[in-house]
Amino acid sequence: MLNGIPINYYIMLSAVLFIIGVVGVMARRNAIIIFMCIELMLNAVNLLLVAFSTLHQDASGQVFVFFVMAVAAAEVAVGLAILAMVYRNLKSIDIDLLSRLKN
Amino acid sequence: MIKLVALIPLFPLLGFIINGFFGKKISKGLSGAIASIAVLASFVVALLIFFELEHSVQKSIPVDLFSWINSDTLKIPFEFLVDPLSSWFLLIITGIGFLIHIYSIGYMHDDEGFARFFTYLNLFVFFMLLLVLGNNYLIMFVGWEGVGLCSYLLIGFWFKNTAYNNAAKKAFIMNRIGDLGFLLGIILIFVTYGSISYDEVFSGVSGSGGTGTITAIALLLFIGAMGKSAQLPLYTWLPDAMAGPTPVSALIHAATMVTAGIYMVVRSNVFYSISAEASHVVAVVGVATALFAATIGLFQNDIKKVLAYSTVSQLGLMFLGLGVGAYSSSVFHVTTHAFFKALLFLGAGSVIHAMGGEQDMRKMGGLKKALPITFATMLIGTIAISGIPPFSGFFSKDEILAHTYEHSPTLWFFGQVASMLTAFYMFRLLYLTFYRNFRGTHEQEHHLHESPKSMTIPLIVLAILSVLGGVLGFPEFWGLPNWMHHHLDPIILHKNPSTMNHEQEWILMAIAVVAAAATIYFAYMIYIKNKVLPEAKDENLKGIKKLIYNKYYVDEVYDALIRKPVDLLGTVFYKFMDLQVVDGIVNGVGNAVNGISSVVRKAQTGHIGLYIFCMVLGIILMLFYSFIK
Repeated sequence: MLNGIPINYYIMLSAVLFIIGVVGVMARRNAIIIFMCIELMLNAVNLLLVAFSTLHQDASGQVFVFFVMAVAAAEVAVGLAILAMVYRNLKSIDIDLLSRLKN
Repeated sequence: MIKLVALIPLFPLLGFIINGFFGKKISKGLSGAIASIAVLASFVVALLIFFELEHSVQKSIPVDLFSWINSDTLKIPFEFLVDPLSSWFLLIITGIGFLIHIYSIGYMHDDEGFARFFTYLNLFVFFMLLLVLGNNYLIMFVGWEGVGLCSYLLIGFWFKNTAYNNAAKKAFIMNRIGDLGFLLGIILIFVTYGSISYDEVFSGVSGSGGTGTITAIALLLFIGAMGKSAQLPLYTWLPDAMAGPTPVSALIHAATMVTAGIYMVVRSNVFYSISAEASHVVAVVGVATALFAATIGLFQNDIKKVLAYSTVSQLGLMFLGLGVGAYSSSVFHVTTHAFFKALLFLGAGSVIHAMGGEQDMRKMGGLKKALPITFATMLIGTIAISGIPPFSGFFSKDEILAHTYEHSPTLWFFGQVASMLTAFYMFRLLYLTFYRNFRGTHEQEHHLHESPKSMTIPLIVLAILSVLGGVLGFPEFWGLPNWMHHHLDPIILHKNPSTMNHEQEWILMAIAVVAAAATIYFAYMIYIKNKVLPEAKDENLKGIKKLIYNKYYVDEVYDALIRKPVDLLGTVFYKFMDLQVVDGIVNGVGNAVNGISSVVRKAQTGHIGLYIFCMVLGIILMLFYSFIK
């Protein structure tokens, strides 16, 4: 029990957020939206980590979350830089246009 | 002095090294002198050792040089053996070798490969000395292979000529067949007696009685001798070996290397004395070769080819002697044969030199006046080989034939016929070359000249030896000492004394002399009185003459029986195994990779969405799998 809310609820919420993220990555073609969906998945995991950390009265789970956030920030910075270059070259951020490796 | 026996092969080796490395930088005269002096020095040492051994009580003196192979049960010292047999062969090799070196200085003086020639010649002498000096079969084998190599190099000395190179290859390959037998024989000796040193092996043979193994060893060794000493069926390389310069034919293919087989059988006489079967094979092969080669010699027109077939035939006679247990007689014949056959070859070389390279006797004739010294010496050589007393060939041949008669009159008959044929073709050679009118071109006639002194002096020395060589082995029933027999007595382990009475021996001797004289008269009638000339064109020959002129088509038969099937097998393997099977597998692997990848590459669509979908699907499947486990 965390603040009167059972742990199952946290798990459910995380799972839902994660699945929304996955479906978003798979279904959308806009690169920025895909990025946001990836962030959503990461945050779903973060939520779960924090919930269990509190449940077990162990701070190391929260330390993990900080690491995840830091790596995610770095990843977004690099990813957005790549997207900026893609846009300059293709005038679009549709990921289906990036299929030159096929041949 | 005997302890210094290692000097004997060392001198020619030094000559080989000097001429081999610096031959091109020094003058021709110097390079010839170095090579000749090296052999002369060996001859002097050999002579000193020979006389020391004569006066020594101990007749078999091993000289240990160093430990050569030392591995578990295989212990082979590098050891020389000085005994009557090896000391006698040392004298023949270095003595005749020295004369031929001197001759070569004159014969080869215009050749651009002068230094190379002497390099090879010195190397040959080195290996030949190693062959006879070794105290075990392995050293003999090293020398055996070494002389084979030098023979190859010298036959193909004029390597720009393809036919000469082919002759060299033929000699080498034919010898390899024999060498395999020799090698197997050595291995069998080692397996049976646990050693390959002569004294240990021979004492082992005398002790044990495993006749089957002994016969096998004797026959395997004899196969080696067949190759090296040009016996049926491996003789065909020797006539072709005449492609080499004439001094080579004299030294290697008449006087020394081809007698290595005789040396080896005499050295291993214990095996042959015990195994009657092996001895019988040796005798039959010997007499068959003697007869076969003598008939081929009858109608050859190339002066060197006649001498080559004569050599094969004489070697056959020597093996006949070995086969009937007359070991010392065979060594005697080796000696006299070395004298008169070297003389005949060198004489032929002198004729060829005068004729400007012409070897066909149909284009010679009447050379008696132009080449008096060559003629006189060759006449002596021809009489000696024909077996007319008191020249050397008569004594040695008669000794072999007398022993043969005692053993088997049938073999004696064939041997006698072979030696009659010898007298015929040798006098045919003499009559066609030196008598009647000159048949060559005017240019050649103008060019005719006696050879320089460096060539005629060896001829004269050899002629003297051919005349006097008989003193080495007077027939015992004349009441004179047979020095050769006495000299070699210590190395013949199973004695085979003659039981014939004197009347029989006189009769045999008389038959031999009368037969030889009659044959010579017959040749005189044909080639001088009736002025018969060999057919000018090869195509006009008919019947048996054609068969013999073409050497019974033996080369063609070997070609059809051995070379063609091997060629065919090679073609089959090339066309089927290589091109179809091996290449098929290699290309098939490549094609399969291409085919599979062209299918698989379709999965690389380039759609990121699809990749992610596959990834997610994969994760779900993995989770699902871990749940149900």
